[in-house]
Amino acid sequence: MTEAKLARLSDANPGERFRITTLKIEGTMKRRLLDLGFVPGSEITVLQKSPLGDPTAYRVSHTTIALRKEESDHIYGERIGNE
Amino acid sequence: MRATVPNPFDELMEHAKRLTDGDTREQIVASIFQTSRQICQETVTYTKQEKRYETEKLDRIFTSKIWGFPIMLAMLAVVIYITIAGANVPSSLLAEFFGWLEGYITLLFQQLHAPSWLHGILVLGLYRGTTWVVSVMLPPMAIFFPIFALLENYGYLPRVAFNMDRLFKKSGAHGKQSLTMAMGFGCNAAAIMSTRIIESPRERMLAILTNNFVPCNGRWPTLILLASLFMAAGYTGGWKTFATASVVVAMVVFGIIVTLTVSWILSKTALRGVPTHYTLELPPYRRPKIWDTIVRSTLDKSVYVLKRAVTVAAPAGVLTWVLANIHVGDTTVLAYSAQLLDPFARQLGLDGYILLAFILGLPANEIVVPILLMGYLSTGALIEVDGLHSLKQIFLDHGWTWLTALNMMLFSLLHYPCGTTLVNIYKETKSKKWTFLSFAIPTAIAIVVTFTTAHLVQWFGLL
Amino acid sequence: MNKREYTIALAGNPNTGKSTLFNVLTGLRQHTGNWPGKTVIHAEGFFTYKNEEYRIIDLPGTYSLYSNSADEEVARDFIIFSKPDVTLVVLDATALERNLNLALQVLEMTDRVIICLNLMDEAKKKGIVIDIANLSKKLGVPVVPLAARNKEGIEELLETVARMVHGEINTTPLVVAYSRAIEEKIAKLLPLVKEVVGEEYPARWVALRLLDGDTSLLHALQHHPHHFLKEGATYACHCAKSV
Ligand SMILES: Nc1nc2c(ncn2[C@@H]2O[C@H](COP(=O)(O)OP(=O)(O)OP(=O)(O)O)[C@@H](O)[C@H]2O)c(=O)[nH]1
Ligand SMILES: [Mg+2]
Repeated sequence: MTEAKLARLSDANPGERFRITTLKIEGTMKRRLLDLGFVPGSEITVLQKSPLGDPTAYRVSHTTIALRKEESDHIYGERIGNE
Repeated sequence: MRATVPNPFDELMEHAKRLTDGDTREQIVASIFQTSRQICQETVTYTKQEKRYETEKLDRIFTSKIWGFPIMLAMLAVVIYITIAGANVPSSLLAEFFGWLEGYITLLFQQLHAPSWLHGILVLGLYRGTTWVVSVMLPPMAIFFPIFALLENYGYLPRVAFNMDRLFKKSGAHGKQSLTMAMGFGCNAAAIMSTRIIESPRERMLAILTNNFVPCNGRWPTLILLASLFMAAGYTGGWKTFATASVVVAMVVFGIIVTLTVSWILSKTALRGVPTHYTLELPPYRRPKIWDTIVRSTLDKSVYVLKRAVTVAAPAGVLTWVLANIHVGDTTVLAYSAQLLDPFARQLGLDGYILLAFILGLPANEIVVPILLMGYLSTGALIEVDGLHSLKQIFLDHGWTWLTALNMMLFSLLHYPCGTTLVNIYKETKSKKWTFLSFAIPTAIAIVVTFTTAHLVQWFGLL
Repeated sequence: MNKREYTIALAGNPNTGKSTLFNVLTGLRQHTGNWPGKTVIHAEGFFTYKNEEYRIIDLPGTYSLYSNSADEEVARDFIIFSKPDVTLVVLDATALERNLNLALQVLEMTDRVIICLNLMDEAKKKGIVIDIANLSKKLGVPVVPLAARNKEGIEELLETVARMVHGEINTTPLVVAYSRAIEEKIAKLLPLVKEVVGEEYPARWVALRLLDGDTSLLHALQHHPHHFLKEGATYACHCAKSV
């Protein structure tokens, strides 16, 4: 658990797992992400990118949610290896 | 502290504010999720690991880089192909049946020595208006919508939104606009309500202003009819259906391109702004109850079409007949109006009657073709319209070419939304300005596009 | 005993089958579709069970009740101000973890809750087994498994609803435990909340919303309470119209 090297969710590749540490985003979007299960401590699996490269689909608490890069850029945490 | 008489509510609010720090919400939600997770760990067991990720496996195909778009296009094409192939025979049969029945009704009128104006209003106006709408609209819509409902219930629509998102983002629009467009296939007026899923007012307005560029159930049949009569004329059998379907698919794709372009221009001008944040859930695919969905959706659509035929087509038929029979000087009101519009309409590759039909068809798109036919029929000797073949003859007699058909299809696709849709737009936006723009923008585009095609074709001497 | 009409609200995440259940109960035809956000206009319908009249409201699907959007406020206000006799929280049994999030929020707001575990047929297909009795014990409210589309579990649900409106079911809704810091703040705020907004509203929940900086709620409490109680009946009258 190194504080220094936090990755962005947007950097993780399809198939990778990711544990959220913090959401560096404010306002409604943050609240919406929290409601969907993007909460600190939860584990996310990157599923796949849309054919045009963006958005990306994530598995979060057994559901599939698509986020644009604008959002996933602000979600920080650690990449915890492939599925 | 601030107010002289402290309101207990304000005091409470102040008190709470002093207690909170920035990430209270985060802590609250995290605790709730923590609790949910714990409960699930103790109450839920997964017994078939291989089944859990079925949806994800399917998504790897439906939204894959290579197959995502081809599959979407193929789905659209297949749905339209089946609609056209399936509707052809029932449509003709219905038209023939109504024509046959009309003969007997006319006979009855003669037997009763009813005045000819009464026969005109009731049979040539009301009856024909209604039955044409039914025979042209009912079969394709009773086929198209059940298939569409199956796709919707299966869970395919959110995948379309996922695939197309980038395009909408680039044009400054909201990714969920694909969903509202899909609703527009059914009915633009209803789709206007469905734009409520878009929270940002700016992007919602974009979705509202461009919604009518997807053909609604009042326009599908027009597109299909004209495509099959004129665009696929050189083909027979299965190839004819295929050619018709290709033309209709091309129309839909063109409508999508116009939607994206208009959204892009608007978001650079009148509705400037950046796309807002959004999230899209991709629900698991669920096998629809196939039979239930088909039966219910067919019944619903049929009832809908029949209701519209009675409430809109019947009065429109009467009105058109009346206009075609009130004489001013040696011409009728209808003919006079058509003549007035003719020079302008010619510039768009149309004619006065077509434009007049679009204008009179403002209340509902499904009555455009019936009004047009009645207008044409009122000009010459009354011919028997039995079946759909004679329709083409009527058009040809009035100087139609494939260009006329193409431009009428384009105009139908692009022109102002129907009256009901405009009313809904006003209700939803509460703004006369935006309601007017939702009328004016598509109309301007319809005029520009048809003008361009008409003149390009002439220029290149393609006709 | 005087005959009265009972009010039932349908809450839940988007796409969990609320409209499907609504249709089964009322015989109406709200449109349904497998995508989140299908219902944009809430509908109202009526049904009779064992000679008693029920009014049921199909609320828009939401991921939470924290007033991030108009929909969420509508759903929240209905539960808080119109005080339905029963709130049915419709959950997707195949994604229980995310869905429970909303259920726990509703449990903070009212104790007249029945959890409808819908889409049980899908869960079964995916090999997901849920210990209903244990879940019910943990949540402190009845849990009814359903497959609304196949009309399975409806009878049990209606029976549970009837028993709840007659006060035959005692519920002990789960109280989510928050971090020490938050619990301390709640404790500090509670007396004042009870004093200002009265016993009519769930104090702990109000305190949490205040800590969360939800000013819209306090505004609603301040300006609308009586208005809402009376008008609650008319708010959902865009009857059974939908896209
Ligand atoms: N297999 C299965 N499918 C169901 C069941 N209940 C509902 N569905 C399907 O799930 C989808 C969503 O149902 P709706 O009733 O539209 O969901 P909703 O909760 O009203 O959704 P929103 O209006 O978006 O909030 C539809 O395609 C239904 O046919 C069920 O018990 N089993
Ligand atoms: Mg619904």
